[in-house]
Amino acid sequence: MSFVFYAIAALTVAGGLAAVLLKNTVHCALALTVAFAGLALMFLELDAQFAGFAQILVYIGAVAILVVFAILLTRNAETPKDGVYSRNWLAGLVIAAGVFAVLGWAVLQSVRVLPHETTTPTVTVLDIGNALMGRYVLPLEIVALLLTAALIGAVIVAMHEKERAK
Amino acid sequence: MLMQEMASVSFQPTTNCGPPGICDYLWLVPAVPIIASGVIGLLKQQKRRTAATLAIGSLSFSLVLALVAFVHVVAGWTHGVAVRETVNFTWIQFGASNVDLGWVLDPLSAVMLAMVTLVGLLIFIYSIGYMAHDENYTRFFCFLSLFAGAMLGVVIANSMLLFFMGWELVGLTSYLLIGFWYQKPAAAAAAKKAFLTTRVGDVFFLLGIVWLFAQTGTLLFYNNGAGSIEHGALAALLAQPAALGLSAAGAIGLLIFAGAAGKSGQFPLHVWLPDAMEGPTPVSALIHAATMVAAGVYLIARVYPLMQAGALAGGTTTPLTVVTWVGAFTAVFAALIAVAQNDIKRILAYSTISQLGYMMAGLGMGGVAVGMFHLITHAFFKALLFMGAGSVIHGCHEEQDVRRMGGLRADMPLTFLTYAIGMLALCGFPLLFSGFWSKDGILEAAQHWSVAKTPFYMLVFGALLTAFYMTRQVGYVFFGTWRGKKPARESPAVITAPLTILAFFAMALGLIGTPAWPWFRGFIESRAVPFEWHGFMEPGLLALMGTSTVMVFLGLGLGWRLYGGQAPKPEQPDVLEKALPLPWAWLRDRLYIDELYGFTVIAFYGWWARVADWLDRRVWGGVVAGVAWAFRGWAHFSRFLDMNWVDGSFDKGCEELASGGGLLSRVQNGRVQTYLRILAFSVVALVAILIWSSLP
Amino acid sequence: MMGQATPLAAYLLVAALLFSIGLAGALTRRNAILVLIGIELMLNAANLNLIAFWRYGPHPELLTGMMFAIFSIAVAAAEAAVGLGLVISIHRHAHTTDLDAMNRMRG
Repeated sequence: MSFVFYAIAALTVAGGLAAVLLKNTVHCALALTVAFAGLALMFLELDAQFAGFAQILVYIGAVAILVVFAILLTRNAETPKDGVYSRNWLAGLVIAAGVFAVLGWAVLQSVRVLPHETTTPTVTVLDIGNALMGRYVLPLEIVALLLTAALIGAVIVAMHEKERAK
Repeated sequence: MLMQEMASVSFQPTTNCGPPGICDYLWLVPAVPIIASGVIGLLKQQKRRTAATLAIGSLSFSLVLALVAFVHVVAGWTHGVAVRETVNFTWIQFGASNVDLGWVLDPLSAVMLAMVTLVGLLIFIYSIGYMAHDENYTRFFCFLSLFAGAMLGVVIANSMLLFFMGWELVGLTSYLLIGFWYQKPAAAAAAKKAFLTTRVGDVFFLLGIVWLFAQTGTLLFYNNGAGSIEHGALAALLAQPAALGLSAAGAIGLLIFAGAAGKSGQFPLHVWLPDAMEGPTPVSALIHAATMVAAGVYLIARVYPLMQAGALAGGTTTPLTVVTWVGAFTAVFAALIAVAQNDIKRILAYSTISQLGYMMAGLGMGGVAVGMFHLITHAFFKALLFMGAGSVIHGCHEEQDVRRMGGLRADMPLTFLTYAIGMLALCGFPLLFSGFWSKDGILEAAQHWSVAKTPFYMLVFGALLTAFYMTRQVGYVFFGTWRGKKPARESPAVITAPLTILAFFAMALGLIGTPAWPWFRGFIESRAVPFEWHGFMEPGLLALMGTSTVMVFLGLGLGWRLYGGQAPKPEQPDVLEKALPLPWAWLRDRLYIDELYGFTVIAFYGWWARVADWLDRRVWGGVVAGVAWAFRGWAHFSRFLDMNWVDGSFDKGCEELASGGGLLSRVQNGRVQTYLRILAFSVVALVAILIWSSLP
Repeated sequence: MMGQATPLAAYLLVAALLFSIGLAGALTRRNAILVLIGIELMLNAANLNLIAFWRYGPHPELLTGMMFAIFSIAVAAAEAAVGLGLVISIHRHAHTTDLDAMNRMRG
């Protein structure tokens, strides 16, 4: 494994950890952004360029901003008094550890059968476009519908409250 | 009059009841009075005339039947037939043994039947007058009738069991009649005393019966050779040894005598008879003079073959020896006590005990006829004396103390005359009165007794005492001056007429028992008896008659000297008491036999009763309480189990279920993160299971 | 860029790690927004898995994995929008984003 991989992996994991552990919620959102970036680099490393750039565009460019907006709109920039962790946080930690254990064990068990390296796939944006319009046209349309619905829904949810509050 | 002098014409026996003969209907003689008693018992108290009519009518019917039977037996005797007709039947059968009942008609039962029915009927008639003012008239006749039936049952019984049933029934009616005026504590106590004392004798009697039944296998007396006192059975009994050198026959005889001693008031079971005078006078006359107390003597006479079994010619057996000694002792003992009594009936009661002793001695030394003759004559004159005493009591307005009477010869002439006849018969006044002949028969037998002469002297002394105390009584009551409060008056005819009839018999019966013509003896023993004057010429007989005459006159004279024509006040001590104060005190207090019993037997019984009570309450009561406690404990335990295990487990289960539900519902706490955690955990678990299950 | 000799397992492990971290964050943080952040991390980890398998899989030219991941990104974005809108709306109503306090649905 190369140094690049390690560095990107370390960055991603560090960003994820920071996003979960930090007290200040805005800091968490920013750390999340770093994690997203790390993941985008991973995708690039994996020769999935389109996915990588899509990640940067959508996640970092939209989702992360959305999160920050939400944080700011809910006035949770201050650190709460009781602590940031819920009751029985240990149970959650244990469960997460359990999940990791299971997954890790599965992976490590099958190390022998997993491929080490293969040839680089030659995938172009044209291929992706063709696939989108060809094989995956239906999911594309559905996702479009979904996005529309999500958009409208978010607006309604947010707007209704506004009117009632008045 | 000696046995070997009799003409030995042997009689032919008959044993079976002929084509319907009187003995087939003999059962009616006791049955009719008992049925009448039952009917009277259902009547209301006001139906006095009905009750009396029923009682007297039933007993008259029995009298007629009894006389027919008597005539039949006499007819048989005159034709040289020794009548002994039996009717037997089986009552219960169990296994190979039978319980038989039956009745017998022979000379012994025939004379007894005639006597009991006649004397009974006279006393019934007497009771109409005597009990006229009593409010329980109906009840009296009910019991009286029941008694008559039971006594007649005893007389005709051929089965030991039937005999015992009648025996117990007369004991019961005696209790009921002694305690007739039960509101009086003295009467109630006397009735209880009579019943318990005779019970003591009855226990031994029952033992004797059971033993006899066990040994001989039959309860019947006469059964064509197979009866329990017939030859075959007696031979077997003699061969069987018992204890103390006795054979079974001897032991059974002694046990049976114990029963007779209780019923006939022999020493030491005599204590109930004087107290029995608490009952009405007709009761005293019938039961405690003439009939019931004679039942003991009759018993010995009936089982005489058993008592006599094993005796060598001229000799005697152990039972008969015991009978003789007890009888002789009782005769003197009771006569001594009678001297110092002041109640008119009590003097007669002790006289009865004394005469019963004479009868027993006569049976023991002279045989059945000797004892039975005295029984028959005694029944008549003693009933006469009691009824006369009742007449006196009635005329003296219920006064019973002789010291408060006197001079009644003028006021109650008929009573005096009949009473005098009875008294002379009892004393044995020579020649004219039956008592002389019957008592002389006993004295003659005593004189010739092979074992000892002592009973003879005792009985002669007893005769002296009898004359003495009877003269004392008559002197107090009929002579001298009246010491009572109100003047006396003669009793009505319904009372004095029976007295007259009995007085006649008291004199006339002597005729059938003289040495010249000992008809009674011949009749009982089924021998021919010709009339022969030279019967008086027996060696020693005239001397004996002279001796007894001298004794009688001596007694009469002494009595007259001391008590005739005097008028002692009740407060003054008796003449003899002044002379011999200490012996007088002993005799007046009845020689302290009752006190002895109270000190020993009754005290022991009281202690035993307390022990039994303690045992019952503590031990058995404790056991019962323990069982109850155990049950309660078990019930508590059961409840505990039920409440805690069954209920508890059920309740607990429900509680657990509810709390489990409560616990489970805590999962639904409305917090998203909790749901998420559970979700994640479940997925992990499922995956883990899947992986693990698919491992090789 | 040339795929170096990084075994697939390494990418899978990283993805697993990220997934666990995201799950831990979703399960332990109090703030609703941070739960959403955790969920985003989990989605991203899944995406990484998909891409990794696409890359090392037998037929990368079919673009199956890539498509999956792209659609996943799209859906995730929509979900983030709606979710955050809900959080804001709840905040308006309850004036808090504390998940521990939101238990009106308790049974």
